[in-house]
Amino acid sequence: MSYIAESLRQLIGLRPAKPSPDERRPEVVAVYAEKRKEKLTKAKLREAEQERALAHDRHKWRIRRWITLILVNLLFVISYYLDLQLVEGALTASRFVGFHMADLNSALQVMLAYKHLVLNLVIGTVTVFILWLLLGGRTFCSWVCPYHLIAEWAEALHLKLAEKKLVKDMRFHRGVRAFFYVIFALLALLTGYTVFETISPTGILSRALIYGPGIALLWVLALLAFEVLVSRRAWCRYICPIGITYGLVGTLSPLRVQYNMHSCHHEGDCRKICMVPHVLDVTIRSRAKTLDTDIGADCTRCGLCVDICPTGSLSFKIKGLDKSL
Amino acid sequence: MKKQTGKGKRPPMTAKRREQSRREFLRTSVLAAGFVTTSLIGLVPLAGNANARLRPPGALKDRLEERDFLASCIKCGQCVQVCPVEAIKLADLADGVGIGTPFIDARAQACDFSCDGLQCVLACPTGALTHDIDYPAQARMGFARLARPEACLAAQDKGFEGQVRGPDFVGKLRYEAIDRWDPIPVADHPYDLERCDLCVRQCPIEIRIAQCEAGKPPSGDPNQCPPRHAIRLVPEGKGAVPIVEDGCVGCGVCEMICPVESAAIVVDIDETADFS
Repeated sequence: MSYIAESLRQLIGLRPAKPSPDERRPEVVAVYAEKRKEKLTKAKLREAEQERALAHDRHKWRIRRWITLILVNLLFVISYYLDLQLVEGALTASRFVGFHMADLNSALQVMLAYKHLVLNLVIGTVTVFILWLLLGGRTFCSWVCPYHLIAEWAEALHLKLAEKKLVKDMRFHRGVRAFFYVIFALLALLTGYTVFETISPTGILSRALIYGPGIALLWVLALLAFEVLVSRRAWCRYICPIGITYGLVGTLSPLRVQYNMHSCHHEGDCRKICMVPHVLDVTIRSRAKTLDTDIGADCTRCGLCVDICPTGSLSFKIKGLDKSL
Repeated sequence: MKKQTGKGKRPPMTAKRREQSRREFLRTSVLAAGFVTTSLIGLVPLAGNANARLRPPGALKDRLEERDFLASCIKCGQCVQVCPVEAIKLADLADGVGIGTPFIDARAQACDFSCDGLQCVLACPTGALTHDIDYPAQARMGFARLARPEACLAAQDKGFEGQVRGPDFVGKLRYEAIDRWDPIPVADHPYDLERCDLCVRQCPIEIRIAQCEAGKPPSGDPNQCPPRHAIRLVPEGKGAVPIVEDGCVGCGVCEMICPVESAAIVVDIDETADFS
């Protein structure tokens, strides 16, 4: 229950709760005390990071994820061009071998604007809801959304420019995403048009891939330019309502990233690489309440933190199954 | 300094922290206002050409308004994928909130109902193309109009010989006599007509009526028979003029097949003749 509550707090943009000392389990307190006694030297940390950076599986999850994302989007394209009738439509709504699938956020916007319950949409929404319930909610973002991948490359460019002090990451209050969520819902409800779809890079890119490019791609380019030059991953972090919709599904999902504080060096490599670093605040020294902590539902399950962690303190877990992936 | 613990209590803000927080709020407000305004620009195209697009059969319409159509379309393009003549295109960013909605450029490629069963309607997951219609004659996409009677070949009692729209035209039609299932390029089907009657000859509604009168309704289904004529040639002077009738569904084939440049007959989408 507290997992859901804490996830919701983070989804609407509040700061992750800091535990008071009496909330920490005794074994956790003991581990923190042990770590204070045996100070980690810079050299030792560097060594651990180096070892991880050279490991053969250092990009294991990123490779799996990129392949999945590209394949899913390619499947739509190939299915259309070769007339395979495997997946028809685009990411907003489709038929997978005849079964209706509907993007939860697009379906929500349509129902708010149209004010009818459309049976096919309900069927498609339930199917997709169950799919992402099993797979982790915001898993959609990092494993399927085509904008996520391009934004990831733009982010790499941003970080390179930031390193050279050519750009500086402008930060906003994360609560603004929840504000956008409410506004876009209200706009659909009040105007009767799916206003958000006009600027949704997910829909634009998915359709551009399948049906050919259009001037709407200029808008996507403008967004990317904003992220490279002004604010790191701004669309996904501060604006996109799709992220919140799937985040809400994720609060109920058993597939999570789990943090084990025992071996953690608290050096923060995971938070530096993460698109939604607040979910990893628990990795800051003295923030953990229990030995194992499930990372909140705002996490996109992208696995970058799992890949980079020099101590293996982060791993994919399915709640109820003890074996890690 | 007294250390505060427990939920809800934070250490008192320093002046610097307060200033940072004030700036973050300002920046965030600008971001919020910026993106909300940008998305609202999407409503602007509605004012100008709210009804300027020929939509696929069954597009929800309340006389002139297409509010329900734009609201209910989920912009997935499944209708595009099933159309045998590839008549359906998706609107771009210039259409604002209409981005990703399907439309038909009749002059380039009209809907010739070669699917018979309204595949786009069946494909639509949201009913933006209403599932209330099953047959071509039930559609009401628009209404044809002889816009340039002076250019009409029939009115001048002129014939037509050769490829309609020239050798490079890629538009397709289904010619039942040639292939029941596969539409072929119009360019592959030259005509030799003593008096041009292409708009009547190729009208999907008139073709169906002729089939039904011959006792061979499409797919053997009498329900496919249109109840009313769509277009006929009426003698006038030394020639004949096409007269559009109530049964016109606005599919745009006459506009596509009209051999003069620009087309003498066009489809209006704001014609309210009979939306019953």
